[in-house]
Amino acid sequence: MSLKKVHDKQPEKFEFTEANLKLAKKILEKYPENQKKSAVMPLLHLAQNQNNNWIPLAALKYIGKLLSMPYINVYEVATFYSMYNLAPVGRYFVQICTTSPCALRGANNIVKICQEKISKNPNELSENGLCSWTEVECLGACVNAPMMQVNNDYYEDLDDLNTKKILDSFIKDEPLKPRSYRNRKNSAPEKRILNGLKDA
Amino acid sequence: MLKEEDKIFKNLYNELGWKLEDSLKRDDWSDTKNLISKGKEWIINEIKTSELRGRGGAGFPTGLKWSFAPKKIGSRPHYLVINADESEPGTCKDRDILRFEPQKLIEGCLITSYAVNAHVCYIYIRGEYYNEGIRLQQAIDEAYEKNFIGKNSCNSGWDLDIYIHFGAGAYICGEETALLESLEGNKGQPRLKPPFPALVGLYGCPTIVNNVETIAVVPTILRRGGKWFASIGRPKNTGTKIFCISGNVNSPCNVEEEMGIPLKDLIEKYAGGVIGGWKNLQAVIPGGSSMPLIPKDICETLKMDFDSLIAVKSGLGTAGIVVINKEQDIVKCMARIAKFYKHESCGQCTPCREGSGWMWRILERAVKGDATYKDIDLLSDVTKQIEGHTICAFGEGSAWPVQGLLRHFRKEIDKRCHAEPIIKKRRKIPYLIDQHNLENKDA
Repeated sequence: MSLKKVHDKQPEKFEFTEANLKLAKKILEKYPENQKKSAVMPLLHLAQNQNNNWIPLAALKYIGKLLSMPYINVYEVATFYSMYNLAPVGRYFVQICTTSPCALRGANNIVKICQEKISKNPNELSENGLCSWTEVECLGACVNAPMMQVNNDYYEDLDDLNTKKILDSFIKDEPLKPRSYRNRKNSAPEKRILNGLKDA
Repeated sequence: MLKEEDKIFKNLYNELGWKLEDSLKRDDWSDTKNLISKGKEWIINEIKTSELRGRGGAGFPTGLKWSFAPKKIGSRPHYLVINADESEPGTCKDRDILRFEPQKLIEGCLITSYAVNAHVCYIYIRGEYYNEGIRLQQAIDEAYEKNFIGKNSCNSGWDLDIYIHFGAGAYICGEETALLESLEGNKGQPRLKPPFPALVGLYGCPTIVNNVETIAVVPTILRRGGKWFASIGRPKNTGTKIFCISGNVNSPCNVEEEMGIPLKDLIEKYAGGVIGGWKNLQAVIPGGSSMPLIPKDICETLKMDFDSLIAVKSGLGTAGIVVINKEQDIVKCMARIAKFYKHESCGQCTPCREGSGWMWRILERAVKGDATYKDIDLLSDVTKQIEGHTICAFGEGSAWPVQGLLRHFRKEIDKRCHAEPIIKKRRKIPYLIDQHNLENKDA
């Protein structure tokens, strides 16, 4: 899997907030009592949510203790999966799908626009510190290509103009809504009637 | 052509609403208790009659898979695990089922759990589908409220709990044993088979792992009969299937159609044709990126089902059709796919971990025109060394697309690989170079 940088400035302590501790207990109920380890992935997600979208090493140790699991195993999991950020990312974390189906429809232009608007290199914060971007592998919205994921939301059917508008809205901290930017209905064919679906 | 009334996923585009009350109008949960009361034998036999094959890529007969689960619960509980880790490039069908037809999936989970003796069902959703997961959780909560699942589900006497588990962005977790490892809280690295999960799976207990689409069609099959399902499509390749058509087409879309529909019909009728017209078609990847591409002349008459595609040395896979027109550089496109596999290899088996990087680097050289004429044989050799020498099918998945490129676009590749070998001319492109030197710092 991919190489990951661990942030060089680490906070010393990490603890779940009370609300999250309750959530963690609920998560643990999903798995058999002697299989607490299963909860490591959801708890890492939870830690990431609590800590501005990245996981400090202290959180790995904390989760390890919570699940009676060696620290190294938590570390292994956190570094194996690409969605766990071990270094800070922007409040608006833009992930551009550049795998073939998106690339065929111009995802590389979107990368260029991100380089212009946000930062020259991936995983760098923008000037005002609000955004960062990275390239990712297939996000599973291939019929709505090209697309990007910002935090949890999918922005689909993009073109150059729309991408610029969307990125500007993040930089201004007034985000546009996630949707199909060609105004189509989900994954339906766009010219349904024109294409004779009716008489088919 | 599939008749409107034979469509299973009537709300594929969310025109009818996804909530429980809306799906009740579409006959979901209409006589679940009655179906369950007919017994496990009947359910499994009906699925066998329908000749349903797994929709996750391998196409294994579903009824047969279920019959591998032990008939009685022994000392270990049974589990049903739904694979919703859809990450194959070109595929986005499960996303629409999770978003818009969640009740079909939940009802399928109940019936399947009963058939394979499971009281707990885990749905493993890829982490990127966060909103879809939330939607599914809402649907599950609705079903609990109505007592469709939970204790004494649908008054059938069967207890079932359904839990969602989010992945975190690893393609390999779509492989069933890697998925189980991930669910147990480990790195997602596949296990050796046998033993198969049906006997030793999650937490060492008998586990049936099925794709979302496979499970979601089960209630409709049982309601309308296995024979009805088997009457659609072609023998051994029966039923309906959601096709995802992406890439260089005028109107990329998802569409449910019968198995064995001609590829040309799918592209022309639903996807609005190839950009620049059918003449402009270069190649098609028929089943998600891990299936070998097929050139235009085969596409003319090709039928989309498991066996027809195997006959042209490709595969239906997940039915994610990626159309590539003549304006695209085919070598560049395949180099991108090779990069995908290099990025996603779990690193457990050496041939795959190292080989996927080799293939990517050679193809990347070919794109730039730096490759030597010997590189072609080397590339072919590397694919052969990966194929069949790995624990899971990822090895084949990464080698086949490159083999397809070599098989069908040899001329194109020959044109790019004409430099003299490095050893002769002492050029500064080393064969063996630390993989990470060629990448971004953050790759």
